[in-house]
Formats: sequence, structure tokens, C-alpha cells
Amino acid sequence: MSSLVKNIIRFCLFILVQVFVLNQIPPLHQLVTPYIYFLFILWLPFKMGRRTQMLLGFALGFALDCFTKTYGLHAASCVLIAYLRPFLINLLISQEGTESNYNEPSIKSMGFTPYFTYLTILTFIHHTFLFFLQAMQTGGYFYFILKSVFSTAISLMLILLIELLFARKQRFRTNTV
Amino acid sequence: MRNIFLFIRIYFNFIFFLFLMGLSFYMLFSYNRYHHTVYSAAANEVTGKISKQFNNVEYYFQLKKTNDSLVKANEILYNKLKQDFEMPDTVNKIAIDTIKIDSLQQQRKYLYMQAKVVMNSVTQPNNYIELHRGALQGIHPDMGVIDANNAVIGTVMGVSDNYSVVMSLLHEQSNLSARLKKSGETGTVIWDGKNPEILLLKDIPKTVKISSGDTVITSGFSDRFPSGLLVGYVKDIINDKTMSTYIVRIKAAANFQNLQYSYIISNVQKDEPQQLLKKVKGK
Repeated sequence: MSSLVKNIIRFCLFILVQVFVLNQIPPLHQLVTPYIYFLFILWLPFKMGRRTQMLLGFALGFALDCFTKTYGLHAASCVLIAYLRPFLINLLISQEGTESNYNEPSIKSMGFTPYFTYLTILTFIHHTFLFFLQAMQTGGYFYFILKSVFSTAISLMLILLIELLFARKQRFRTNTV
Repeated sequence: MRNIFLFIRIYFNFIFFLFLMGLSFYMLFSYNRYHHTVYSAAANEVTGKISKQFNNVEYYFQLKKTNDSLVKANEILYNKLKQDFEMPDTVNKIAIDTIKIDSLQQQRKYLYMQAKVVMNSVTQPNNYIELHRGALQGIHPDMGVIDANNAVIGTVMGVSDNYSVVMSLLHEQSNLSARLKKSGETGTVIWDGKNPEILLLKDIPKTVKISSGDTVITSGFSDRFPSGLLVGYVKDIINDKTMSTYIVRIKAAANFQNLQYSYIISNVQKDEPQQLLKKVKGK
């Protein structure tokens, strides 16, 4: 399957899962609002241009916003992590040539610890920024900090489960550059 | 000039980032309930259709609960029938009113229209309910919405051709005039964005005696709801020493997590008082 088709399917699936599963389940606790849809951005190919990434981030966030009727809220957080993603990847990639040998970030291509750090940092930034924007409209700053910490923990758990359940096949591409 | 182009080229990614961020912020902070933007009507049609498909499946799993609540609503209506009452006094006869209320237009004030709930959330700080009934079926913004058991659930905020978006009571900007059934004190029902089962009733004077379990109903002061619709039951009181009024925590009467059907209330006599008010204010 080509990368384009795969990403289109992923886009639709993540939005549908977020809207019809995660937003529908009865709240575990008032501090926990799990999100996984932004995994789409974290899984984009290494080689994609930065502007394309940001545009896709905006499109993803806006698609979710259309369902939750909070126009601009998720879009802003997704654009932020799409912008920060390349910096983090440059920092965290350990092996020489990972970017050319593998297609997209995963446990196999980056190694467990760097990949997990990458996930944690971006998840935390996404949640904090999202809840911060919500808190700006509503107030309650202590509540917002607690909420971002707990929601990040639960979201990370879900993301790890997804990584384990749906192992992505990563081809090792030699001399394909 | 060359330097400017150079600058733009070097920092183009960052400028593009700022542009997208600015666009998101513009949408986020300019979108409120009186500011209907072009994209929201189009987006409602699309998301409404997708939600309808999903609801076809989800509805099946809630049939039992929906049926129970409809039976309960029916029971209340049956108990209001005239034939259920027998006058002990034989002198009194039941005189059936011959004036048909519907034939005289001015007498009807509220008209109820049923609508299917296709999308609903309780987890966000601002929750919206999407109904499968829109402008083509006679829905306008600012109409009240109640659930099958006569409990208030929100106000219509935006409509597209076939779908309408309702601002749930579980919304930071939600604002409903309500009163205590026993003592008649009026206050405002708001939500703090935390627990979807608890609403807050503020502006209740401290002289009022409140006990837990008291019923809170709509006041009838707003033109969206007739008076006497259920809002919730008093849970406890937050006694803030710095304020001259109570904030009462109330348990919402509507079960927001299980909404399948709703009634939209259209106020037929809405225009006249508004025009009068405008005339008085204009003087």
C-alpha cells in the first residue's frame, strides 16, 4: 500500500475512533480526557516537508473540531506539535541514516527509549496546550495542570497499547536513497 | 528589499506556522454563539450525516433505556387525562371546553417538535448536542430543547438545512433562568465544566431555606422555556462567606449520557414581547 493511501485511511480512522469511541465513553474521572487522534501526526513519514506536516496537522485538528464544534481548538494544538516534531526527531534519532533507512517513526526505527521520549514529550505538549486554551476560556488553572498530567498518562497508555496491538511493518530500505 | 525576501525565505516555515496558529486562534476566539461563521453550517451538514450513521448503530444498544423513559413520559401524560378524575359532588358536571385551542392562533404559546439526537458529548468543557432536524423543518436559533421526560437539556445555537446544534446545559456559556419549586426564588443555572451530573444554581439569597432534594424548575422568565420544566434536584449548598448569595449544587434531572430523543420548544408568541421591549427602550 502506498504511503499516501495508508495515511488517508489513518486520518479517517483516527478521527472516527476519537469522535465515536473516545469522546463517547463515559468519563473515567473528571480529570481524564484521553486523546489519540494526534498519533496520525506522530506517525507521518520522516521525509515529509515541514509545511505539509503543519497543513496536515491543521486539517486533522479542524476535522475533529467540526465534530466537537470547538473550531480552532484542536487545530491549534495539532499545528503546534506538527511544527515541533522535526526538531524533536533531529534531537532523538540516534543511528546514522535512520531517516533514509526507515519510513516513519516507530519503536523499530528509532529504538524504544527515543521513540517513547518522542511520544511522551509531544503528547504532553499537545494536552497541555489544548487544556490551556480551554482554561483560557473557562478559568481554573490548577485544575488545568492536573488535567493535562493525568490525561497525558492515560493517553500514553492507550498509545502504547495501540503500538503493541497494531504493530506497523517497517521495511528496512537499503540503498534506496 | 533583497534582505526582506531572504528573511522570508529563511523563516518561511516559522511564518507559515504563525499563520496557521493565527488562523486557529481567530476561529477559536471569534466563534461564539452569536457569531455564526460560514464553515459551521456546511460542517454541520457533513458531521451530522456521519453522526446519523453512527447513531443508527448506537441507538440499537440503548433501545431498552429509551423505551423505559418513553413509558415513564407516557405514564405522566396518562395521569393528566380528564377521564381519570371523578368529581365526588354530583352537582358538578365536567364541562368540556368547546373552544378549540388550536383554532385560535394567539392562544397557543409553545409548540413542541420532536427531534432525534444524533450526536452528544459530556466529556468536553463545552458540550454540544446535534439533532436531526433543521431550518427546513422549522428550527431557529434560540429555541429551548428538553428531553423525553420534560427535563431541560439546552438551547438551539445553530441550524443548517437538516441538522441543528444545541448548546447543552453542560456548556461554560450556558445560562438558564430557574427557580426553586418550594420557595419560588429565582437564580441562574450554570455549569463549571467538571462533573456532567452536577449543575450549579447561583444567585439564591441566603435567607431562603433550602434542603437537599428540593426540585429546581424553569422560571418562565426566558422566552425559550415555559415555566415549570424540570432542571434538577438540590444536592448540597456551597456557602461562600464572601458572597451574599448561595451557590447550590444540583443534580441534573436529564440524563445527559443517554439522550436519544428530544423535543424542541418553539415559542409562537416570541416576537410580540420583544417588539414591545424594543419600542419601550427606543423611547
